[in-house]
Amino acid sequence: MVSGLINENPIIYPKKERRLRTDSSNTDEFTPEPIDQLEIFDHIRDIKDPEHPNTLEDLRVVTEDSVELDDDNSYVRVTFTPTVEHCSMATIIGLCVRVKLLRSLPARYKIDIRVAPGTHATEDAVNKQLNDKERVAAALENPNLVEMVDECLLPSDE
Amino acid sequence: MKLDLVEVQKLEGHSARVWNVAWNPAAAGVLASCSADKTVRIWEQSSLSRSWSCKAVLEGTHTRTVKSCAWSPSGKLLATASFDGKTCVWENFATDSECVSVLQVHESEVKSVSWNASGSLLATCGRDKSVSIWEIQPEDECYCVAMLLGHSEDVKMVQWHPTMDLLFSCSYDNTIIKVWWCEDEYGDYDCVQTLSESNNGHSSTVWVISFNAAGDRMVTCSDDRTVKIWGTDIKRMQSGEGYVPWTHLCTLSGSHDRAIYSVHWSRDGIIASGAGDDTIQLFVDSDSDSVVEPAYKLLLKKEKAHTTDINSVQWAPDKESRLLASASDDQTVKIWKLVSEP
Repeated sequence: MVSGLINENPIIYPKKERRLRTDSSNTDEFTPEPIDQLEIFDHIRDIKDPEHPNTLEDLRVVTEDSVELDDDNSYVRVTFTPTVEHCSMATIIGLCVRVKLLRSLPARYKIDIRVAPGTHATEDAVNKQLNDKERVAAALENPNLVEMVDECLLPSDE
Repeated sequence: MKLDLVEVQKLEGHSARVWNVAWNPAAAGVLASCSADKTVRIWEQSSLSRSWSCKAVLEGTHTRTVKSCAWSPSGKLLATASFDGKTCVWENFATDSECVSVLQVHESEVKSVSWNASGSLLATCGRDKSVSIWEIQPEDECYCVAMLLGHSEDVKMVQWHPTMDLLFSCSYDNTIIKVWWCEDEYGDYDCVQTLSESNNGHSSTVWVISFNAAGDRMVTCSDDRTVKIWGTDIKRMQSGEGYVPWTHLCTLSGSHDRAIYSVHWSRDGIIASGAGDDTIQLFVDSDSDSVVEPAYKLLLKKEKAHTTDINSVQWAPDKESRLLASASDDQTVKIWKLVSEP
């Protein structure tokens, strides 16, 4: 039987050691803590790939460097690399990243998601869908899609 | 003389992002807002206190986000378009708002609804890439008289011309703005013009089309962060000369940092824009002496008009009040007044 998986043999990278966060010197409870690149990466690194029992970090779909951040202007852009060029899961992965960030970041944040240039056959079409707010909103009203996304966002039992 | 956009009131009540606002063209101070919370709210201004309150909540009919709402020219009917694929027509707001018609033809989400100038026709469009035209008969019966195919992608908005039965549609696709016209008495609508990137058109999704009062200019806004002005010699068309094409006049760029979700041209010539950068901006004709190149300038930029994205801006239909309504992802509607500071 031919497996339905897009990528049957993904490369799984060795887990990067997690840096401990140092204590913040900011003790004023009313000043918002600045958000940094690592914090954003922490939100998305454990998102599960829709097809494999591995995280986006394991498969190097996202790395710390895939997060570009400007906290002063409340802007973040995540660039992700699908494991194969014809990955039809690319929009699902992008949607998972967006949903996770929407749920984790303050409302002031503007979020852009894109596939790493040159890594996907229909990258313009994927990027356009992922960044059309109306299309994303409509997609997230589809119960099947939401179920898939929530599955990927569930913390794994480690 | 310095102008400012002053916040008059913040209308709270929706429990999810508000996508669209529409002022009633016949009843002063009445506006409708529609939301991802699946409801439409009707707000009215009290004649005593001059403040707005929610008079009715239209719920239970749409089962998904309500994306767009539009009043008929008489102000008696309100059409609402939803992601649930239905377009509903409501009436009787003073008593109990009643859904009198449900139009169902689109195969997926409906994005926009527009009435023609006489209120005899309704147009809708959606993600199924089609535009539909409906005739409104007595007793509010609606019949689908045309299904226009031609866009290659999701159609974001339909807008009838203010004086002629010309229908405009704009889209997620590269052939972005289409003009549809029924030239003969047989009721067949044809696409008489397509304005794409090669006609100095937008380079990404076009969200809104809005006309000036005279109907000889239109303004469009896009994901490409620009606002474009287009023009035509509408008098020639009105005198029966046949279709007169629209041409690009001017592109306004650099003032918005994110996608521009809405533009609206007031009766007295001011263009308002609302965007994902949380700002509302106003533009006017710069009265340049150049006849060859019409130019528009930024009149005013309101930063942090809402705490997040603005999805819709609309001027009140009268010329005197100078009121502007805005709808946002922050779940509120705001009423603004354009004032001159001494």
